[in-house]
Amino acid sequence: MSSNEMTAMTTSSGELLAENKVPFWRLRKAFANYVALIPYLAFALFPFYIIFITSLKSKQEINNLGESPFWATGIAVENFTYLATNTSFFEHWMVNTLIVTTVSTIISVTVGILAAYALARLKFRGVELFGVAVFITYLVPQTLLFLPLIDVVNAIDDYIPIRDTYWSLILTYPTFLIPFVTWLLMGYFRTIPVEVEECAYLDGCSRLGALFRVVLPMAIPGIICAILFSYTLSWNEFLYSLVFIQDEHAKTLSVGVFTELIRGDIYFWGSLMAACLLGTLPIVILYGFLMDYYTSGLTQGAIK
Amino acid sequence: MATIKLQDLWKHYGEVQAVRGINLDIAHNEFVALVGPSGCGKTTTLRMIAGLEDITGGMVQIGDRVVNEVPPKDRDIAMVFQNYALYPHMSVYQNMSFGLRIRKTSKEEIDRRVQNAADILNIGELLERRPKQLSGGQRQRVAMGRAIVRDPVVFLFDEPLSNLDAKLRVQMRTEIKKIHQRVQTTVVYVTHDQIEAMTLADRIVVMNNGVIEQVGTPDEMYSNPRTHFVASFIGSPSMNFTPCNLTKTAGGLAVRLNDDISLPVPEERAARYASYADKEMIFGIRPEHVTERRQHANGAQQDIDANVNVLEPMGIDTMVFFSLGPTEICARAEPSAVSNVGESMGFTVNMDKMHLIDPSTDAVV
Amino acid sequence: MVTATEVGGAATSPPLTFRSRLRRSVGPDTDGYFFVLPTVIIVFCLIIYPFGLAVWYSVSNAFIGEETHFIGLENFQYIIFEDDIFMLTVRNTLLFAAISVVVKVVLGLLCAMLLLRILKLRRFLRGAMLLPFVAPTALTTLAWWLILDPTYSHINWLFEHAWPFSLFDMGPYNFLGEPTLALSSVIFVNIWRGLPFFIITILAGLVSIPDHLYEAADIDGASTMDKFWKITLPLLRPVLAVIILFSTIFTLADFNIVYVLTRGGPMNETHLFATYSFTAGVLNHEIGLGAAIALFLFPIMVLTVIFLLRLVRRDSEYEL
Repeated sequence: MSSNEMTAMTTSSGELLAENKVPFWRLRKAFANYVALIPYLAFALFPFYIIFITSLKSKQEINNLGESPFWATGIAVENFTYLATNTSFFEHWMVNTLIVTTVSTIISVTVGILAAYALARLKFRGVELFGVAVFITYLVPQTLLFLPLIDVVNAIDDYIPIRDTYWSLILTYPTFLIPFVTWLLMGYFRTIPVEVEECAYLDGCSRLGALFRVVLPMAIPGIICAILFSYTLSWNEFLYSLVFIQDEHAKTLSVGVFTELIRGDIYFWGSLMAACLLGTLPIVILYGFLMDYYTSGLTQGAIK
Repeated sequence: MATIKLQDLWKHYGEVQAVRGINLDIAHNEFVALVGPSGCGKTTTLRMIAGLEDITGGMVQIGDRVVNEVPPKDRDIAMVFQNYALYPHMSVYQNMSFGLRIRKTSKEEIDRRVQNAADILNIGELLERRPKQLSGGQRQRVAMGRAIVRDPVVFLFDEPLSNLDAKLRVQMRTEIKKIHQRVQTTVVYVTHDQIEAMTLADRIVVMNNGVIEQVGTPDEMYSNPRTHFVASFIGSPSMNFTPCNLTKTAGGLAVRLNDDISLPVPEERAARYASYADKEMIFGIRPEHVTERRQHANGAQQDIDANVNVLEPMGIDTMVFFSLGPTEICARAEPSAVSNVGESMGFTVNMDKMHLIDPSTDAVV
Repeated sequence: MVTATEVGGAATSPPLTFRSRLRRSVGPDTDGYFFVLPTVIIVFCLIIYPFGLAVWYSVSNAFIGEETHFIGLENFQYIIFEDDIFMLTVRNTLLFAAISVVVKVVLGLLCAMLLLRILKLRRFLRGAMLLPFVAPTALTTLAWWLILDPTYSHINWLFEHAWPFSLFDMGPYNFLGEPTLALSSVIFVNIWRGLPFFIITILAGLVSIPDHLYEAADIDGASTMDKFWKITLPLLRPVLAVIILFSTIFTLADFNIVYVLTRGGPMNETHLFATYSFTAGVLNHEIGLGAAIALFLFPIMVLTVIFLLRLVRRDSEYEL
């Protein structure tokens, strides 16, 4: 809808300025676009609303099945205090998730930058093969790997104690982060003109000098995007965390909430939703600030 | 002394031979233009001098040093790229000082050199801007400033003006010439535009298909092209070519264009062309040497008549196209002396300026 | 200065030096190997080696705490010919992937085209729509569990109390307890989560189609439908193929939604490869069997990839 149409809509619809006249059918059509999207928007946001509203309800209110479940009569903080006092939510799960996400992001983005740069720029025997390999590993799902990775983790545990600690996750998360980051950054590096880098060589830079002083500063949007994706993917990871961690204090958010707050006892809904709210919020806030980077990264692979 | 010596220089990309064994000596402070059509190997040659491209065979020598295996950062070379390649995340000042900062030059020295270059290029007030905020011409100046600041032994230009609009291009051309006069240094300048090469260079190197066709001053290139390719490439509008037969006549030799037209070869050239008598040759003549009918200064002027096909007024002259046998000839005539399209017009051909090409070798004889 | 030797080139290239021969065989940037080394190590140790291990498990009787030895194709024989749950799993996975991908493509196209016509608020709407894709799946699926839970179901509450549903005698439905409904619920939640990716990517694809094509079509007298079928869809094909590829692979391999919502139940009716492999390999300690189940996914995925890549390759490059 053009700004013309907007101004036309806000003026009294009967008396449109002659030169600004927008046919009625066009206004209706523009309006219809918004209306048509409302059902989908409601559908997309509905679970978030349920999480929010349920987390504010007291146990009694949730169990009063005659009441509308769509609205809370008051604000109860009992679910949040329950999380703080009776579970490891803040003390361990949140902290573990933060550590695992941060460390595996740092590792993956660093390693991914090097690999992506080589793929985008350098010519050496085997580089195409390497590119194909990265793409294939990007598509190998965790489903195929979690069973043998248990053995790999156990094998490493014989030398360095990582079993049942978040270190086993820090070790394994890069397996799905690095191929993704590499693929994403390769696209960004390719958009940087080669000449700028060549100019850096002529100005006296070595390969690494040119990478750090020229290529990386120019690829900052791509790097932010890679960090954001790594962060989101590892924050949301569920399967490896479920398989590798049994110790309650070593669990991450998703798995902790799922395994410790559900014990065949259906009366935990309030605290469960409070935990969902708190586990989702950091990612949603991060995403809110960096949405444009996120969407550009998301669409890049498919469009280019 | 920053001389450059290329010896039997080769470049292969897989099976493709981009540069095929070229030899070239460039003197200290000389301005050399590499010119040729795209794909002729001129940019590859430049990039091999810069060290951005590996050398397949042969040798590149800068000063007294063979630099085949020297990385670009150690060659003390500056280059101006076609797309300028300014660092977008740095200000103009930072762009210009980058090379010096890498080489750990003192702060005062950097400041002095940047100011000096900014004065030469008139970009003093742009130093704090980002490349994004500059116009095409300003970016071009900054790119040159970045090179000047470095005070390198060799300056390389890779089609530096081709991203500018026509007017600015002419202006920057003059600018580059002035700068070279002020900042004396060895320059290798790559362009596909022969006018740029003619106006700027001390010496022109015409390349085609990975080899050098001819090396010489702009004047030599224009008056004495040695090959068919150079004859056609240098000069604008380009030289007319038409097949002919070199016939023996009573007075000597004549260029027989068709049954009706036969133009006598000037006497002093007769000996030079004698061995090609009775052979099928290509006759070449520049448009500026085919004019409206003029008073003859000597016997070398010949008259022909033809019907005008197309007229292209250029202001000072009008280009007149007419058919001569199978080919269309372009003449450069005084606007007032031009006939209408379709009508007959008299032309004078200055045979002193003729060229004769042997089609079997493509050499100008 | 100008010498005759400068003109022309040598007849043949001189013999190559050792360095240039090295460069011709390995390429000019030998330092590239150092750049890819960390990735190669990680990919080898944590992806290729485990994958080989998975293949070994699948032909062995690997079981926690027991000695492992080679048993040939027994595991595969068992799951194909004797295991009813595995057959259900194959059926579920194919249904799950096919239905949710098709629905996501259709709804994705629809929403993206609506969103394309909206300029004001587009950024906000796009952001809000993406939330299901961004938020942790395990946690948002818990919310769906609550919404669909037999006792607390919000939907059943609507059927019972809200007009106009209350006029009819609908429900209550046991969304997660009845096999068909449970599978539908799982597919539904998968669509809910994956649709934003389709919308956003298709929207980006739509934006990249130049307006002048539609203007030219207008002048040629094309109808809205013509423009959709003859311009939009053909030009979107590469984008669609790529997102279908990605979505199919990740839907085929999905674990989180099914595991959180139904854990494969009721009565193992909603298992996918991932959850069934997890049940066999981790919960029942039959690693060999679990690996065989998961490996079955591999040929299905490879076939999908080949099929979809062919679709993209075929004259899909247009100069816009």
